[in-house]
Amino acid sequence: MSLLEVRALEVHYGGIRAVKGIDLDVEPGELVCLIGANGAGKSSMLRAICGLVHGVRGSVRYAGEEISGLAVHERPRRGLVMVPEGRGIFPQLTVAENLAIGAYARRDPDVRDDLERTYRLFARLAERRTQTGGTLSGGEQQMLAIGRALMSRPRLLLLDEPSMGLAPLMVAKILATVREIARQGVTILLVEQNAKLALEIASRGYVMESGAITLAADAASLLADPRVREAYLGEGAA
Amino acid sequence: MRRALRLPDRRAPAVFWSALALVAAVLVALPFALTHIGTAWVRISNLALLYVLLALGLNIVVGFAGLLDLGYIAFYGVGAYTYALLASPHFGLHLPFWVILPIGAAIAALFGVLLGAPTLKLRGDYLAIVTLGFGEIVRIFLNNLSRPVNITNGPQGVYRIDPFRIDGFSFASTQRFLGLELSGPTKYYYLLVVLVALVVALNLRLQNSRIGRAWEAIREDEIAARAMGIDTTRLKLLAYAMGATFGGIAGGVFAAIQQFISPESFVLVESVMVVSMVVLGGMGNVWGVVLGALLLSFVPEILRYSVAPLQHALFGRTLVAPEVIRMLLFGFALVLVMLFRPAGLLPSAVRKRELAERT
Repeated sequence: MSLLEVRALEVHYGGIRAVKGIDLDVEPGELVCLIGANGAGKSSMLRAICGLVHGVRGSVRYAGEEISGLAVHERPRRGLVMVPEGRGIFPQLTVAENLAIGAYARRDPDVRDDLERTYRLFARLAERRTQTGGTLSGGEQQMLAIGRALMSRPRLLLLDEPSMGLAPLMVAKILATVREIARQGVTILLVEQNAKLALEIASRGYVMESGAITLAADAASLLADPRVREAYLGEGAA
Repeated sequence: MRRALRLPDRRAPAVFWSALALVAAVLVALPFALTHIGTAWVRISNLALLYVLLALGLNIVVGFAGLLDLGYIAFYGVGAYTYALLASPHFGLHLPFWVILPIGAAIAALFGVLLGAPTLKLRGDYLAIVTLGFGEIVRIFLNNLSRPVNITNGPQGVYRIDPFRIDGFSFASTQRFLGLELSGPTKYYYLLVVLVALVVALNLRLQNSRIGRAWEAIREDEIAARAMGIDTTRLKLLAYAMGATFGGIAGGVFAAIQQFISPESFVLVESVMVVSMVVLGGMGNVWGVVLGALLLSFVPEILRYSVAPLQHALFGRTLVAPEVIRMLLFGFALVLVMLFRPAGLLPSAVRKRELAERT
């Protein structure tokens, strides 16, 4: 059974169809990436899965259950957690407070262990635990956003453009961490503009173009696909 | 930061406890000292303590959850009228106060939810307008619910309200106790000090609780808070309900102390006053809010008693009416504080950061 099963998903903004009937599956343990140009509808789709947009049609099944009618705050409680585009950290709260809010929906006693684990994964955050989120660099804020999401013990982590606005070195570092998180058993759906790096760490990929999926295959064949190479990897047609 | 706030006693337990004992001793002795200056000061202190209760209640809504409320006095009115109608000759009901206060608190909480539910999606200016309207609606209802069925007795208000009574012990009469003379206001004073202490303790606990953290998150970024699994609807309603509860309790005590209430006690200016106390003291900082409420209650009274004598001493006669100069100085003081301490006299850690970032 797929962990996430999206069928005929549409997102309407007023009269505009930003997502035009998409099918997408994520199996447990996979790292799936969704690539595409700016405005292809990738973020709209992620936000629809999280219930953050109105005007959504179609079906979203998570862990075998239809969740399209579920309240936004119920989703993270079931392990469906998103790291939003632009990070969405709490800028006036300290790193430690941000992470504590990540564990808000949990009541189990393992929170402390998870905090230590998060600090091990992001040593930089441990150094800055008393600093406020807004004073961190872009890369550190992204780490904080991912760390905060991990604090809620996600089963499925949705990452929206974690590389956005970051220096190349930081991008590589963040994506390496994403791979590490996947290796620890968290299923991930990664939305990225940086197609090359995303496909290098993913097992499968979808290509999205103006609201529809145009290609779906395992990451290696997408990397080799001439259409992908031309459109997303910056290689001119031979 | 959080730990330092909650556990000052861990660092220096002896200092903390002796300071606490000192404050307690001063609070116990205060009414006797005040009686020497003039009995009116005990009453003024009681009103000040009522404002502290109100400001602490509003601080939950404004300071913790970040929802501006310009109609907060309505809950005070609801609590006061609940007490008045259930313990006065108006309906011939004379329920004991320990029965009425919880009822008043519950009704006020219900009104809190009634205000909160339709305004969940509003923010900033729009929320301010709606809450302001809500406060006025409640006042206008109190003013006009005398016909066709006389419920509130309209603008004349409700009078001969029962004082707090436990069997033969009445809070209204003067008693001798261990050789000390305890006047009615003095007894209410002690009751209010205990109430304020309880509410302060509750506020401090709330601030450091899971709920307090969720409110902080909502104030910072509501969508991110929801994406982290925080039920923002429920928590915002909870803030309104809790704030209203304290307002309702304070209102009940107010009605019993005054033994007379009318809609005039619950006008917009009163709401603005309580908001000023919270803002001046330091939104979100419990001690700041207490300080703000005490200052804004006492300073105008002190001015009331000092402005006229001072003019007499300087010019031999009263040049400006005390009432005029009092409000002028009061407004001036508020402007100065906002200029030099924009986050309040004792700002909360988070607010300080917010303001620092904006300037």
